Amino acid sequence: MNQDQKQLHWLVRPSTIRKLWIGFSIVLALVVVAQTVVYIKGYFGFDAWFGFGAVYGFVSCLIMVLVAKLLGFVLKRPENYYDQPFAGPRKETESDKVKEDGHGV
Amino acid sequence: MGFDVFPPAFVLLIAAVLIALTRGHARAAVILMAPLLTLWAIWQIPDGVQSTVKFMSYNIEPVEGSPLRRLFATVFAIMVFVGGLFSFRIAKWYELAAAFAYAAGAIGVCFAGDLITLFLYWEMMAIFSTIVVWCGGTPGARAAGIRYAIMHLFGGVILKVGIEGVVVGTGSVQIQAMLATDFSTWMILIGILINAAAPPVSAWLSDAYPESSPTGSVFLSAFTTKTAVLALILLFPGEPVLIGLGLFMVMYGIIFALLENDVRRILAYSIVNQVGFMVVAVGIGTEMALNGAAAHAFAHIVYKALLFMSAGVVIYRTGKNKCIELGGLFRTMPITAVCGIIGALSISSFPLTSGFTTKSMISQAAVDGNLMWVYMALTAASAGVFLHAGIKFPWFVFFQRDSGLRPKDAPWNMSLAMILFAGLCILLGVFPELLYALLPYPVEYEPYSIGKVLFYLQLLLFSGLAFFVLLPLMKRTMTISLDTDWLWRSAAFSVLKLGEKVLGFISEIMAQQRNRLQQFLHRMAVRYLGQPHTADSKEHGMFARSWPIGTTALWIAGLLSAYVLLYYL
Repeated sequence: MNQDQKQLHWLVRPSTIRKLWIGFSIVLALVVVAQTVVYIKGYFGFDAWFGFGAVYGFVSCLIMVLVAKLLGFVLKRPENYYDQPFAGPRKETESDKVKEDGHGV
Repeated sequence: MGFDVFPPAFVLLIAAVLIALTRGHARAAVILMAPLLTLWAIWQIPDGVQSTVKFMSYNIEPVEGSPLRRLFATVFAIMVFVGGLFSFRIAKWYELAAAFAYAAGAIGVCFAGDLITLFLYWEMMAIFSTIVVWCGGTPGARAAGIRYAIMHLFGGVILKVGIEGVVVGTGSVQIQAMLATDFSTWMILIGILINAAAPPVSAWLSDAYPESSPTGSVFLSAFTTKTAVLALILLFPGEPVLIGLGLFMVMYGIIFALLENDVRRILAYSIVNQVGFMVVAVGIGTEMALNGAAAHAFAHIVYKALLFMSAGVVIYRTGKNKCIELGGLFRTMPITAVCGIIGALSISSFPLTSGFTTKSMISQAAVDGNLMWVYMALTAASAGVFLHAGIKFPWFVFFQRDSGLRPKDAPWNMSLAMILFAGLCILLGVFPELLYALLPYPVEYEPYSIGKVLFYLQLLLFSGLAFFVLLPLMKRTMTISLDTDWLWRSAAFSVLKLGEKVLGFISEIMAQQRNRLQQFLHRMAVRYLGQPHTADSKEHGMFARSWPIGTTALWIAGLLSAYVLLYYL
């Protein structure tokens, strides 16, 4: 382990992060494989399929993130959007100008 | 006649006054003792109407007890205690006094036996919560507070219209279950739903709450939306409209929270999301569903306050509230980080937390009602909650990258408040019977079965995987998202501007015409009367000329002849 890595908090060292990924991958695999042993009682038939929870969780999150991303293109505005002045300095209206031209009232 | 029992709301109202009058240790004692006294008073109230006051021709029932009402009042009182503990050292006295009066309104609504009392306490909440928003102290907080007040007073007017209609129609001010069938009941439903942050006005919540102070948002997160849920359970159980509305709130909360950069605004959107679950449950309306709504409200107040406390500590210590500026805070804020994570796991209904034991009752109610699509949507939403609140909030605040910030951890009182609520989250997750015993209907529900736990673990852990796989798509930007508040913050303004332009155009045309008329009259005057400003020898106005005497005589002769002619005709 080099000096750079030692200065980092142990939780954020690349080696720890790699181990965390491996650890969580094993956990993910286990909760799916466990379904061969544990019976999941489905309420509507299809929700008892093998790995349904995993696929459903992943896919619904995928869809939500993509929908949010697409909506973001339409809805996102800079932080100060509502702080901007809505109109420029008030212009003199035409009627004032006409008066000043003065056809001698 | 009169008060046979002391209304618990009055304890907090008196405390709010005392907070203003005392200082130092005495004030701290008031802040910490009053909620406990309130809790005691709440549990002294037996079931049924406790007192009746004659007001005009109506029987006002300021205090009516029932298990459901006591449950909500209990969690409100606990909330005031822990919120007071969290904030008494840094919050301004007027913020705390307003928060106590606001909570008094919420507890008053809990025990309101009639619509008039309900309305009075409802408006009290609107007024004092506005003051809490204003205590944010920034120009943004002032503006957001005004928008918040307008929205809630408007909602109050709609509610009042509905109440008047129902009272005239039925002759009774009693709170009783109804369905939205006619104009008055619709008005009551809409009035309540405005407070529940239902579409299309949900934006008031995410607009106002994040502008308040770090301590104020803890109180704000608890009362308004949950009293609305209680009112829905009391007045509109089984109203089918609520199912669709609630599902919309659930999805809206997730999508907007995913887009958000402000830490507390993420949490604000997730309030809408969680209240959506409860609104769906009220819409289903079975005993199981109403139990689920009540239990989930209880658990939600606890973990949402916990999340707001952990965000509040971060903002108090760093002065920053954007995901983009934060990160890596777990190094120096371990207590805040752990408590925040427990709150995040609870809101995601992870097994062994209060979210699991309460939210799954709502899903179970959907199954029992054979509502497949509702169940599937709620399940997808559970995954989405883990995505937007369960991981996103702790990840961006406490991990993500090293922001270089090294703030101190929370002061002792804030830590204690967070630990109390984190403990309660886990306690209710491990021993759900404690909460089930307080629910309005008998509970025959077993939250933990090995198959269900495995299903939820699959669902949640793979949502977690989705988060980290999709992380590049979720890079935060310094942006806000347009919400329906655009309609009243920007569009309404543009419409006014447009109106001003149209009026300006009309007045311009009128001014032009006036000018032309003036010029015309002027020309006429010059032509016939001469020019007043050139009163020299060159007078050439027709009636201003000097005429020869002969011409005048001729004219007069002509005129007299004409007169004589006319006389004889």
